[in-house]
Amino acid sequence: MSTARHTPLNSVAAHAALIAYTLIALFPVFVIVINSFKERRAIFREPLALPDAESFSLIGYQTVMKQGDFFLYFQNSFIVTVASLFFILLFGAMAAFALAEYRFRGNTLMGLYLALGIMIPIRIGTVAILQMMVATGLVNTLWALILVYTAQGLPLAVFILSEFMRQVSDDLKNAGRIDGLSEYKIFFRLVLPLVRPAMATVAVFNMIPIWNDLWFPLILAPAEEVKTLTLGSQVFIGQFVTDWNAVLSALSLAILPVLVLYVIFSRQLIRGITSGAVK
Amino acid sequence: MTALKLDRVNKSFGKVQVLHDIDLTVDEGEFVVFVGPSGCGKSTLLRVIAGLEDATSGRVEIGGAEVTRTPPAKRGIAMVFQSYALYPHLDVRGNMALGLKQEGQPRDVIDARIAEAARMLELQPYLDRRPSDLSGGQRQRVAIGRAVTRQPQLFLFDEPLSNLDAALRMNTRIEIAQLHRTLGASMIYVTHDQTEAMTLADRIVVLRAGRIEQIGAPMELYNNPANRFVAGFLGAPSMNFLAPVADAPEGAILGIRPEHLRPEADGPIRGTITHVEHLGGDTNIVLDTRSGEKATIRMFGQHRARVGEEIAMGFDASHGFLFDAEGQRLG
Repeated sequence: MSTARHTPLNSVAAHAALIAYTLIALFPVFVIVINSFKERRAIFREPLALPDAESFSLIGYQTVMKQGDFFLYFQNSFIVTVASLFFILLFGAMAAFALAEYRFRGNTLMGLYLALGIMIPIRIGTVAILQMMVATGLVNTLWALILVYTAQGLPLAVFILSEFMRQVSDDLKNAGRIDGLSEYKIFFRLVLPLVRPAMATVAVFNMIPIWNDLWFPLILAPAEEVKTLTLGSQVFIGQFVTDWNAVLSALSLAILPVLVLYVIFSRQLIRGITSGAVK
Repeated sequence: MTALKLDRVNKSFGKVQVLHDIDLTVDEGEFVVFVGPSGCGKSTLLRVIAGLEDATSGRVEIGGAEVTRTPPAKRGIAMVFQSYALYPHLDVRGNMALGLKQEGQPRDVIDARIAEAARMLELQPYLDRRPSDLSGGQRQRVAIGRAVTRQPQLFLFDEPLSNLDAALRMNTRIEIAQLHRTLGASMIYVTHDQTEAMTLADRIVVLRAGRIEQIGAPMELYNNPANRFVAGFLGAPSMNFLAPVADAPEGAILGIRPEHLRPEADGPIRGTITHVEHLGGDTNIVLDTRSGEKATIRMFGQHRARVGEEIAMGFDASHGFLFDAEGQRLG
């Protein structure tokens, strides 16, 4: 696999490219974080300067803590993201396994039908979704968001995971069948661990859009007790005045949980790649 | 008692029929090898016996009990796969124990059977290792060990040596033969390699395009093939098919094995040498005959022969086979 020669020059060039990319990618985050620790005037006077003794201020964070129930927003976002990811991975993997493993009439059609969702944005159906949620009494509950995000994430999850599941050795599954494992055990104990890298990919792909979404929380769950972080932060952005300290502080805080989730999933990703399971 | 009985087994995938009316009986303790070119249905037949595929019609009996619709785990079989198919998340001990745990065997029985299998296959040092830490040969021994611990009525091997290198293949082949002698168990073995078939089998089943061409002991098939396909498939180098030299029906073909041809100054078959293989113990000479066929002579010992030389050959009439135009044996 590693046919590329490891000359020092190659190595330096590769690292330079990676470092340059990292700097570009992290720069906006960096600007947000440093400015969240500055007072309002310093943000506009020297946006790129680090906070010093004169300009340092926690006013933004204080506002965020005082205004609204910020920890509740955090909790709501976290519950919605984790629950949605759980259901996307569980149902996506199950559907993918069925499509990849069993021969049945309409298998290909079913796969295409499930993949259609990748091409049609779920937001087109917002009005219908809202009507359904009203009819079922789910408006202003976290379940409304979880269900919508699960539906939104499933098509891509099924598509990616079924591709990976086709690669899992048939012999392994058959060995399980001969040893008396049920189809569920084969799925959970043999196949899922082997497609863990793909699961991590799906999780990472779905996590960020769900965490950052403003549209559905605004429409389906705007009530105070079910507000998500993104929606909660909107109170600082006014039509005429925007409390930039608070906005930047809220954004800085919002990065943290995603970072934690990402670290968890990316670890799985690396572990999956390096385990070298079959053959 | 019969270990396996197949009665008019058919298998179709959609419109494609891959097995045609397979009838076969395997006696207890017998080692039967299914052999044939790729795509002949031998693996499918094994999977039908294992229960991984359902027969479209027909009847499968294992150990006297009908199992045509029984799930694989309840058929009293164990299977060894070409790709080993070890559970990557379990160590060697766990791999061997899983099937027994599923059967609900008590702890001490499981331990005893694993110890026995590990001793037999010399796996004791590896019991706590993961499959990823083992070499190909060791993995295949673990896969065989996993089958042995089940104490099945019937062992199924699906090309178990195909992923091993040549030296290891020979050693493992001997191990499987010894295992068969030690356990006295009934075994079915699928391969496309005629050497494995000839060396391991009590009986060989030759398959082609989903049909059984011939069943018999290795030497029986070698010395008395029912048709041109079986004659050509068994034996290496394979049988020569030439125009008949004596009186023969219209369209008939003469089959003669390379080792039965010998140089003879006024022999009936003449040709030009195109290639010579010196193997030390044997010398193989490939030639183009006057009538435009390719022929191979296999001679014991070392012989001088040069490409481009003219050569004449003869053979004992008793060693020749005649086949009709359809490939069926004549006389």
